[in-house]
Amino acid sequence: MRARVFVTLKPSVFDPQGTTVVEALHTLGFGAVQDVRQGKYFELDIDATTVDDTRRLATEAADKLLANPVIESYRIEVDALAKENGR
Amino acid sequence: MKFAVVVFPGSNCDHDAYHAVKHVLGQEAEFVWHKDTSLQGADVVVLPGGFAHGDYLRTGAVARFSPIMQTVTAFARSGGPVLGICNGFQVLLEAGLLPGAMLRNRSVKFQCEHVFVRVEHRDTPFTFECRPNQVLRIPIAHGEGNYYADPDVLDRLEANRQVVFRYVDANGAATESANPNGSARNIAGLCSEARNVVGLMPHPERACELALGSADGLVIFESVVKSVSQGAFATAR
Repeated sequence: MRARVFVTLKPSVFDPQGTTVVEALHTLGFGAVQDVRQGKYFELDIDATTVDDTRRLATEAADKLLANPVIESYRIEVDALAKENGR
Repeated sequence: MKFAVVVFPGSNCDHDAYHAVKHVLGQEAEFVWHKDTSLQGADVVVLPGGFAHGDYLRTGAVARFSPIMQTVTAFARSGGPVLGICNGFQVLLEAGLLPGAMLRNRSVKFQCEHVFVRVEHRDTPFTFECRPNQVLRIPIAHGEGNYYADPDVLDRLEANRQVVFRYVDANGAATESANPNGSARNIAGLCSEARNVVGLMPHPERACELALGSADGLVIFESVVKSVSQGAFATAR
């Protein structure tokens, strides 16, 4: 099974990298881009048989290591297609 | 008195700390590999600067799970003096031994320069010998030293007198322009509630001899030698 974990800075946390990226986009003419928040994306291949188990393990991994709850929050998607492909 | 200098893969100020303690101060010092579980009877633990585990994921995020950190945590919880410098401070934050987290510098640059920090409180093992409000000129060298904590946590840190070092100008004023990285409330260093764990982004170990441009950092190490030898902060042990 595959879990996708999206880690983002909490809305209250200033994101210097995102600010730099949005400024660069403005320089390139992307004036319509109003804000950028930079985050992290993880793909976890997990040896589990159900979506619930996969989500539970991914949540534990995110809580313990992938995200720092002081500054970050996360969202998890479990890839059901991967299960049908036998993985 | 014996110092343990923890060495993570990627530590690069371990020898600076060892040199300051052993050759400048004349104390005993031992390197302790991160996979060890013994502090070899040390009285003081130093988590040095560098890029432990390549700073992958987040600074200090992987280092906190190194085997030695369980021993360091137990040592800290029993009242033992622990100093985290730069990356060592980041490890202490990730390990939950100090509150808050580090963000990328406001400038988005790695900043390597001498700064001024003001000693806010002297009742820690590492500031014991400082003068009240002493201003120290010591270097920083970091890309992620922009200290963050939620406002209620910051208020609690102030109320508990845990903000031990603040970025200031040469006159000792905590101005916005004296803040090199955007840290909340100009915070450069903190102590734990029990006061025995201290972390700071500037490098006192790189400022222990005048040949290095400043000897202002020496007082941090002299403080812990004196406080330990006097048993000044040994009540919890």
